Amino acid sequence: MAHVPADLKYTKEHEWAKIEGGQARIGITAFAQEQLGDVVFVELPKVGARVTAAKTFGVVESVKAVSDLFAPLSGEIVEVNGELPKKPETVNTDPYGQGWMIVVKLSNPAEADGLMSAEAYQQLIAAASH
Amino acid sequence: MTASTSTAPLKRTPLFDVHVKAGAKMVPFGGWEMPVQYAGIIEEHRAVRGAVGLFDISHMGELEVRGPEALAVVQRLTTNDASVLAEGQVQYTLLCDPEGGVVDDLTLYRLGPEHFMLTVNAANTDKDWAWVTAHGAGAEWRNVGAETGLLAVQGPRAEALVGRLADRNVTGIAYYHCARGRVAGVSALISRTGYTGEDGFELYVAAGDAERLWRALMDAGQPDGIQPIGLGARDTLRLEMRYALYGNDIDQTTNPLEAGLGWVVKPAKGEFIGRAALEALRARGVARKLVGFEMVERAVPRHGYRLLKAGAEVGAVTSGSFAPSLERGIGMGYVRADLAAAGTEVDVEIRGASNRARIVRPPFHPSHTKKA
Repeated sequence: MAHVPADLKYTKEHEWAKIEGGQARIGITAFAQEQLGDVVFVELPKVGARVTAAKTFGVVESVKAVSDLFAPLSGEIVEVNGELPKKPETVNTDPYGQGWMIVVKLSNPAEADGLMSAEAYQQLIAAASH
Repeated sequence: MTASTSTAPLKRTPLFDVHVKAGAKMVPFGGWEMPVQYAGIIEEHRAVRGAVGLFDISHMGELEVRGPEALAVVQRLTTNDASVLAEGQVQYTLLCDPEGGVVDDLTLYRLGPEHFMLTVNAANTDKDWAWVTAHGAGAEWRNVGAETGLLAVQGPRAEALVGRLADRNVTGIAYYHCARGRVAGVSALISRTGYTGEDGFELYVAAGDAERLWRALMDAGQPDGIQPIGLGARDTLRLEMRYALYGNDIDQTTNPLEAGLGWVVKPAKGEFIGRAALEALRARGVARKLVGFEMVERAVPRHGYRLLKAGAEVGAVTSGSFAPSLERGIGMGYVRADLAAAGTEVDVEIRGASNRARIVRPPFHPSHTKKA
């Protein structure tokens, strides 16, 4: 079973968010990268761009498939992982660490209440695995 | 890969349980439930290029034809010249319709003076069976796909591995030739063919023997670094060779000449289905050509993306992927014939943006098949 850190929030589209004060660091889960397979391309927005909860903010491609990335939370991008486009395989090897994608300055921190807990997400992927 | 739109239950090869136990990710392909990957597409791809990989391709169809008229029937159905085949020789060829559209691409085996076998694409087996029995009267046809298991052993270590397990010399089996023998005690048709660009064999066995042979090859291949290989790496391996995939790069709306398969169309052999249409087309010249291209920018082309020149549409991508050996995006697609020369730059439209690509001479990665 894929690793699900307890201190993160999750979406049903398999993104994670780590709330750090008024900001959130965002990436995709270990389950997501397992399902995708070898990640070969990551397309991310630029610093200053705005993202909206449940709307796409980028694209991740594996050898076989193209998948949209959905923002867990709304706000302005204040940091982008510039290493990822050069080393997209980091999404596979360290999805919760070096494989992070963007940091968003939250415009509506209350949206975080609508995200899934680690426990709820664990149940979701357990169901999806069968 | 061709998406399956049918609601019919998926078929399973004799090795289905072996794949599931090995942790393969199973997907629908051509009406079959097949392993798309085990350890990961890139790792599997590199195992085949660098060591040896084992593929279950039992989903492919096998149609046999026998009788005094078998050669004449095959000649009428296929575009290549089957009369040049000696017993034990294999040929890449096509079935075409009267308009010259490609019904299927296949390998044709001459198993005896009056005995041939056609190995066809899984998704086309039913269509091909209907086609050959409708248009190939005068000889005895048998659809032996369900009783046949087919394993491919591909990679630079394939010859040594199969050689250790075989009761006969396999080094002497030349490229696109086959011979009967036992491999790990299993009676097999040992064919020096493949779809990877590496040296290797395809082993036709009784369906009931497929698992025993699979296990024997996996065990004996451990020192060689053998890995099971799914359809994902099978696709990236063939794409690096610029081998066409039916349903992506060729189909009944495409003809062999525009697909670069004119080398298997032999009108001099006499009449065959599609000959007149293809002769007329050859005289007239084709309007578009299937080309291979590599991305100049970091981007991955995909089936269906538009090809542009100066903003105008000039073709479409038929196959595309990240190429593990090249570590860049590569693809195949049809472009206007005047743009097909190697070195020509075109743009691939990806999510509304133009991404530069350059047409290249095939293959993308040097072939290591054993030359005949």
